[in-house]
Amino acid sequence: MVTSYFDEMYGSGGTVRQPYAMVAEWLGTQRVADLKSKHDEAEALFRRTGITFSVYNDNAPAERLIPFDIVPRIISASEWRQLSAGIEQRVRALNAFMYDIYHRQEILKAGRIPAELIVQNEAFVPEMIGVEPPLGIYSHIIGIDIVRTSENEFLVLEDNTRTPSGVSYMLENRETMMHMFPDLFSRNRVAPVENYPINLLRTLESVAPRGLDREPVIAVLTPGLYNSAYFEHAFLADEMGVEIVEGRDLVVRDGALHMQTTLGLRQVDVLYRRIDDDFLDPLVFRKDSMLGVPGVMDVYRSGRTTIVNAPGAGIADDKAIYSYIPEIIEFYTGRAPILKNVPTRNCRRPDDLAYVLENLDKLVVKEVHGSGGYGMLVGPAASAAEIEAFRRKLTARPSNYIAQPTLALSTCPTLVDAGLAPRHLDLRPFVLIGDQVRLVPGGLTRVALRQGSLVVNSSQGGGTKDTWVLQD
Amino acid sequence: MLGRTANDLFWLSRYVERAENMARLLEVGYRIVLLPREGQGFHEEWRSTLESTGCAESYERKFGQINTRDVVDFLLFDPDNPSSIYSCLSAARRNARAQRTAMTRDMWECLNSSWLEFSAIKPESVTSNALPGLLDWIRGRSALFRGTMLNTILRNDTYYFSQLGTFLERADNTARILDVKYYVLLPSSEVVGGGIDNFQWVAILRSVSAHRSYRWVYKENYKPWRIAEYLILNKQMPRSLGYSYVEVETALEGLGDYYHHRQACQATVANTVTLLDCGDINAIFQSGLHEFLQDFIARNNKLGAEIADTYHFSG
Repeated sequence: MVTSYFDEMYGSGGTVRQPYAMVAEWLGTQRVADLKSKHDEAEALFRRTGITFSVYNDNAPAERLIPFDIVPRIISASEWRQLSAGIEQRVRALNAFMYDIYHRQEILKAGRIPAELIVQNEAFVPEMIGVEPPLGIYSHIIGIDIVRTSENEFLVLEDNTRTPSGVSYMLENRETMMHMFPDLFSRNRVAPVENYPINLLRTLESVAPRGLDREPVIAVLTPGLYNSAYFEHAFLADEMGVEIVEGRDLVVRDGALHMQTTLGLRQVDVLYRRIDDDFLDPLVFRKDSMLGVPGVMDVYRSGRTTIVNAPGAGIADDKAIYSYIPEIIEFYTGRAPILKNVPTRNCRRPDDLAYVLENLDKLVVKEVHGSGGYGMLVGPAASAAEIEAFRRKLTARPSNYIAQPTLALSTCPTLVDAGLAPRHLDLRPFVLIGDQVRLVPGGLTRVALRQGSLVVNSSQGGGTKDTWVLQD
Repeated sequence: MLGRTANDLFWLSRYVERAENMARLLEVGYRIVLLPREGQGFHEEWRSTLESTGCAESYERKFGQINTRDVVDFLLFDPDNPSSIYSCLSAARRNARAQRTAMTRDMWECLNSSWLEFSAIKPESVTSNALPGLLDWIRGRSALFRGTMLNTILRNDTYYFSQLGTFLERADNTARILDVKYYVLLPSSEVVGGGIDNFQWVAILRSVSAHRSYRWVYKENYKPWRIAEYLILNKQMPRSLGYSYVEVETALEGLGDYYHHRQACQATVANTVTLLDCGDINAIFQSGLHEFLQDFIARNNKLGAEIADTYHFSG
């Protein structure tokens, strides 16, 4: 059991770390009551703007705010250089991996990854075999979850290569902080993040079908108003100046994808979809899907519309694949990974399973296909009964689980009822891959608001912070 | 623009306009109910309010008897009543949320805060003393939304579809108010009349915020045929059928120009505009006010359907 944590502001020793010097000094001059009223002001701003997400409790959808913390999380210029080099290396390798998996499968032939891990994987989409996506890219938007455990150790906890969300919070958190604390920005050199939407647009344009004789028509496909990330879908479409569409607005006609406009049908060249593979095309995937577009996969395979991220991109963020990512990076880049993985046990291996069953109270166990912090066990925080219940699930379907040590996630001072107190956090930078790799300096910092909690997901009561990358 | 976007913008404007009209009708109804009168006169008043908002049948089914508290709750807060202010604001906000990209941030924030404040109101907290203030607030929020829209929206198809929604709804409302009350405007009632009819005439004008402007325009006492003329034909009056159709025609022309394509619905609207332009109130009374209004309401509905067809959205 870990007892002491690295603190972003105070390090391990208790003295203020250099990147936080200015903010620590400022916090020292603030009364807690004033900070709290600033916090309330920020939340009122979020509510008025409608930056909410939907949660489903007792089957009743409700709109909630993701709690916002006003103490920023700060990353120094040199830390960021290290992180961005590691991120770029990683996303290039992930895309090379996907291209290989859907073509020659050399990594399987070389025996570096067990073949059954791919072909029997639900995230593997056989319909994608042999398809040539523009520029050979499958995952154009990737969110990489990174945790910090010490001054020099950043670890990748998870890759999100399907439809990562949260980038609108990165942008709105910054807007809110600049609106409320302009002073802080004049005294710190904080790198701007506001280029993200234009970078996203450039990325989408760069993967449009070849040989178009006009500007590509781009649309964002949302499951609709009641989706938990709807605000973000609308926000990004608005910022890019492109249509936000639902499945019912789209139709395949004469081998091309169209949207229904006031002037009749209009062809769509790039579809940034924010719905899962399963729902994309009822003719190919789930037949009961009302969210997708019948026939869109055929259009995609013929190269007339680019789907972003590509169907089948989930094969790269499957938790069973995750433990092989260091090998994947070496295989495709010929270099050692710059960013390390969290050591991970695959319960499909008998020796790993035995170890995990022995140490359930010390480990974090996750479902291979789970997300959002659902269906996971945090051993040290679980009751004996919860552990026993989980043990039964694990024994019944070992290959459905992976396990990791309980990480000493770094903390950062956070405003709670009692004042400022350390809370655990992670970081999700958003990286764009098209004609080039684009990464705005920053990301979404998620913070576990409950004392001692290591689960930062918003669906589990996590909050967010503005993330500052300082410039030299 | 997506057909669905046009549909949502069109209906969003209709809902905001409908909520505002509902607030006005409630205000007038409440005023009349407060007048000293013999017996159960207030029944009639609420019945005509329910009829002009198209809610009479559903109210009847739910409550049977007319009772001021029930009527007020039904028209203000009842989610089962699709025309209640609650339902209108909720639907307007839902459409706005679905079309965040088509509206300005200012429009969205205005509508969103209206909804957040309104949905936080507990119906039981709205006592008779609090009601006028609340109705004022609703009209104010609707005015703020219109003003924000007019000052921030691009003059493209988003604007034209919003204008179409507003003025088709407004024409429908004014026509319905007149139709439900047409009997108090008929010549014979002048004789039978007396005090009550005078109040009824003023009530009609009040329900479209026109009781003061009437005097500026006509410089004479309220006369039923003048009131009808004012609300049907007079284009100075921003809630009249005549004026609403000037706006509908302008918006359709704007769309035709914007899309570089003249559509058949422009001819349809021109017919109705001509009818109103050449209309003579004496002739209308002679051939029947009720018949005229019924015909207008039907034309107005048909035009709405034709626009939806033309621009690939169906309500």
